Amino acid sequence: MEIDPVLWSRWLTGLTLTFHVIFATVGVSVPLMIAIAEFVGIRKKDPHYILMAKRWTRGFVISVAVGVVTGTAIALQLALVWPNFMQLAGNVIALPLFMEVFAFFFEAIFLGIYLYTWDRFRNPYIHWLLTIPIVAGAGMSAFFITTVNGFMNQPEGFVMEAGHFAAVQPIQAMLNTAAPSKVFHVLTSAYLTGAALLAGVAAFTMIRKGATAYYKKSLHLMMGVVLIFGLLTTIAGDVSAKFLAEHQPEKLAAAEWHFETENGADLIFLGWLNAEREVIGALHLPKALSFLAFGNFNAEVTGLDEFPPDEHPPLLVHYLFDFMVSIGFVLLAVSLLYFLFVLWKKRNEHNKWLLRAIVACTPLAFLGVELGWLYAEVGRQPWIIRGYMRVEEAATSSPNVMPLFFLFLLLYIVLGVLCVIVLRRLFRNNPAEAEFESYMQRKQVQSTEKGERS
Amino acid sequence: MISYELIGITVLWLFLYGYLIVASIDFGAGFFAYFARLTKQDHLINRLISRYLSPVWEITNVFFVFFFVGIVGFFPDTAYYYGSALLVPGSIAVILLAIRGSFYAFENYGSKESIVYLFLYGATGLLIPASLSVALTLSEGGFIAEQNGIVSLEYLKLFTSPLSWSIVVLAIVSVLFISGSFLTFYASRASDQSALKLMRTYALFWSTPTIIAALTAFIYLSQHNERHFQNMMDLWWLLALSVGFFMSALWLLYSGRRYGLAFICVMLQFFCAFFAYGIGHYPYILDPYITIQGGATQESMGIALVIAFIGGLCLLIPSLGLVFKLFLFDADYVKGKK
Repeated sequence: MEIDPVLWSRWLTGLTLTFHVIFATVGVSVPLMIAIAEFVGIRKKDPHYILMAKRWTRGFVISVAVGVVTGTAIALQLALVWPNFMQLAGNVIALPLFMEVFAFFFEAIFLGIYLYTWDRFRNPYIHWLLTIPIVAGAGMSAFFITTVNGFMNQPEGFVMEAGHFAAVQPIQAMLNTAAPSKVFHVLTSAYLTGAALLAGVAAFTMIRKGATAYYKKSLHLMMGVVLIFGLLTTIAGDVSAKFLAEHQPEKLAAAEWHFETENGADLIFLGWLNAEREVIGALHLPKALSFLAFGNFNAEVTGLDEFPPDEHPPLLVHYLFDFMVSIGFVLLAVSLLYFLFVLWKKRNEHNKWLLRAIVACTPLAFLGVELGWLYAEVGRQPWIIRGYMRVEEAATSSPNVMPLFFLFLLLYIVLGVLCVIVLRRLFRNNPAEAEFESYMQRKQVQSTEKGERS
Repeated sequence: MISYELIGITVLWLFLYGYLIVASIDFGAGFFAYFARLTKQDHLINRLISRYLSPVWEITNVFFVFFFVGIVGFFPDTAYYYGSALLVPGSIAVILLAIRGSFYAFENYGSKESIVYLFLYGATGLLIPASLSVALTLSEGGFIAEQNGIVSLEYLKLFTSPLSWSIVVLAIVSVLFISGSFLTFYASRASDQSALKLMRTYALFWSTPTIIAALTAFIYLSQHNERHFQNMMDLWWLLALSVGFFMSALWLLYSGRRYGLAFICVMLQFFCAFFAYGIGHYPYILDPYITIQGGATQESMGIALVIAFIGGLCLLIPSLGLVFKLFLFDADYVKGKK
């Protein structure tokens, strides 16, 4: 069999990113949840929330470790696997890549300080203040790296001269047209996913061991965050769709199987294509696509037939898009239902079925993130820099990529499995209630000691 | 007005030097922890090592990414040549870094102590410098072939070259020497006499191989790349300073006092040698394919990067200062009281 380095380069990068995205999402979102919990705890003088922040931090560090090392992997793979891409695009995207590392640096420093300074300051707000650089650093690194991806989708800020980028304007390239909607969508969906993860953990424990005060509070707090970011993600998704309709119509058209340009285009949900490329068995929402794309039921939506066939993205992205959107709405619906039950006294919000639904939201949220990324990336094919460089021109020519793919696959399997084992061991033998009691005892000892001294 | 590409390479070189120091401490500590376990002396130093490393291991990793992203940003041609040639050694280094970083966290924040983790942690600490030093060897030229636009690494030449092996040996023994002298200092801050004694022995032990390996690498360099060797000979005073700092460090370690100053001498020793090596390399980044002027990025991007550098450093230096204050110079923390 002939080894195709381009194909294996794609697989290797896809593999690393798919794995990294899980930990990157946790890395971006969980610091915010920790900051919220610690703030609520200090504010309400409720040690339950402080313990929540502590426990989340402990689990967070483990996932950060995997996030850091896979992040290092993808940073190096950009040059190792796509040398031609970096040689060309490095001139234009170096700035955000560089600033991303700065943001990450910043986060790493303060995470180290945060971890080792619990109870070291007299004023609890000082320790809480340390979460701000962590949350900001995590958000900023997501921001910068997403602008790089925005550039690959919507290249701007340069002039093309004889195969090279000239007259580069780094800031304009960074703040490209695609960047705002992408960043907005990435951040809101990451926070949504992080909150869904922690709510899912609380709900899961409640199903197995019964509802305790700690988990009730934790669930309630996180469902609130899920609701807020569920709404914001919906808005972000709408903004992104409108961006696509205007600037990257072929991507939207591929996602919607919208082959011919027309006014008042239907939104197609699921279904399949027959050999003649006709849509079968799908749910049609009349004129909804036009409304989704332009806010007007009769607007004209560009069809895929306006683009040369060798520039069509794979039509499979339709399913990625549909499932991603559905997951977003499921998450929003579950959180709405939860608060409906909270407000409507006759219903118990800790009902087993609702808790099960909340548990199910966790894998769904991560799946949604993965599908969203897959849609964004596969929907840009065949380009690596849309309109300027095709994927096959960018990859390494070395046949060694294939064995490396399997080596990295093995590495990620080992890391993933170990991460799960370590996290389980960390929390399983150390239930929140037991830890809470010993924590309160320690506090008491400390305060009596202080009393004796003064 | 100094040109932006020269500022770029200087700052990057400084960062690489920073990585060399912090990573050496980390890599060497892993090896010492494992070695101490084998010789049943781990109770003496393990707590000391993990007290220092736990808050900073992530920062060490960033130094590396920082240098890497920086050099690709300032000199995009490096991505093409080094990226193509280093696919295999680079990926191996990434895998080793991944094993090391995550296992460190698993062991220290998560599970119970495991000899397997400790072995991987110690072994990768020596293999990573070896695999990373390949990049330095490549920069001397003669190991990369470019045919029909395809860049490839000539493995046979690389593996049979005495230069590449002498650089590997130098990297490994320097790691152990730097780490040993730092941990001696850290143990003395903690007033931990037994750890101090052990680490001091390690530091003194690894000092001789370090200077021998440095001389050997220097001799092989003179055979491999005459130009680079001559340039370094012109900077003889820097090399002499380096040897002078080495002797002072050795004397301080030997006479058993002022360990802080001893470690500073070690840092200066490597600083002088590293910059003599770097300046002697000028104007090449990769002999003979990439020069500093020819391989630099667009001017506007170069300036933007320099500005980002300055802005970033304004954030980083105070934050790093805070880390040092909290974890390195806070005697109570170092002694384990906080």
